[in-house]
Amino acid sequence: MNKLMDWDDVGPLFRDGMSIMVGGFFAVGTPGGIVSLLARQGTCELTLIGNDTASPTTGVGPLISSGQVSKVIVSHIGTNPVTGRKMMDGEMEVELVPQGTLAERIRCGGSGLGGVLTPTGVGTVVEEGKTKLAVGGREYLLELPLRADVAILKARKADRAGNLVYERAARNFNPVMAFAADLVIAEVDELVETGCIDPDDVMTPAALVDRIVVSRKEA
Amino acid sequence: MDAKERIARRVAQELKEGYVVNLGIGLPTLVPRFLPKDVHITLQSENGFLGMGALDGEPRPGEVNAGGQPCGLVPGAAVFDSVTSFALIRGGHVDVTVLGGLQVDEDGNLANWMVPGKMIPGMGGAMDLLAGAKKVIVAMEHCTKTGEPRLLERCDLPLTAKGRVSLVVTELAVFGISHGEFVLRELAPGVDLETLRQKTGARFLVSDSLSEMAAAL
Repeated sequence: MNKLMDWDDVGPLFRDGMSIMVGGFFAVGTPGGIVSLLARQGTCELTLIGNDTASPTTGVGPLISSGQVSKVIVSHIGTNPVTGRKMMDGEMEVELVPQGTLAERIRCGGSGLGGVLTPTGVGTVVEEGKTKLAVGGREYLLELPLRADVAILKARKADRAGNLVYERAARNFNPVMAFAADLVIAEVDELVETGCIDPDDVMTPAALVDRIVVSRKEA
Repeated sequence: MDAKERIARRVAQELKEGYVVNLGIGLPTLVPRFLPKDVHITLQSENGFLGMGALDGEPRPGEVNAGGQPCGLVPGAAVFDSVTSFALIRGGHVDVTVLGGLQVDEDGNLANWMVPGKMIPGMGGAMDLLAGAKKVIVAMEHCTKTGEPRLLERCDLPLTAKGRVSLVVTELAVFGISHGEFVLRELAPGVDLETLRQKTGARFLVSDSLSEMAAAL
């Protein structure tokens, strides 16, 4: 199966109203080329799931500034004042999730689990509306799985089969998101032949990756 | 040396050889520069490192701290994804976290992630760090910019976590928290008890072993 795509074929994979998981931590590890493409083609009413909303000009920020996003599920919005303003004005819904809980909810969504019990958020507004359980004398919140229609990932390197290698802190949410979406698209800096990545070095197995697109410098 | 540096210098004395430490953004990031030379700690960064160090030379791709600023990695460092990072944090594998605060109360509750109607940056990794680190130190200036106390009987801002703070270091004093009470352990040079009481929004016990807030490295 050929997973490698031309940029012209990437755009039609997205539709208005989709939920999209986006790798990255303050734009480090975010697939900038795919985000730019979404901004250009104007795909709208998106739900974005990721660590943060970066800044108005980095990461997923441009999609928020342009009004293409109706909801974000993130742990942090403090570095993007546009997100805060749209939330206050009621233009965009913001669901704030503790970062570790976000990672675990995505992990559950991608690994066949019905939820996870975490002590994070007990005694705070995060517990509102959630089931609380005591295990071994400590209280936990039941946090439910998260999935998305599409996950867009950024990797340093892929082989043609779709095995991925990330670079330093650009790994962050990318590997777990690869499990939790119906369609997984990896934007990569470098493409190598299958077999050129040592199996011990693979960080995301090829079976999880549906499409590969190679970053353009000008993207 | 300004107030923030004095706070960071005092916090550094709490860190022991071999500790795994996560530092929140802002004031806590000043702490490593005041570590005694014979104390070696491993910095955990929630964006995916154990063994974060200072930037040495040119910034390298992907080597940034949890605030997005370029950093370095020390020999022996490890890189991992967010699931692993928060398993380390929640699972009790971080000895100490040092976080900034807006308010702390006598039950060890901390508020530091939002001011309703004004500022809602989000909790990021703070709630997980509070839930899972073995020890939580809050490092903050004693009063707000307008002079309001930050140490209170009861936080009135939304909590980041309940009952997890055990030590508070300000430029004026060091307080432990135990059994629902602040316990004054150290006073900064030149600060008297009466002044401290005026600037503190909760009653506090004075430790039998009250000492001057250590100034020397």
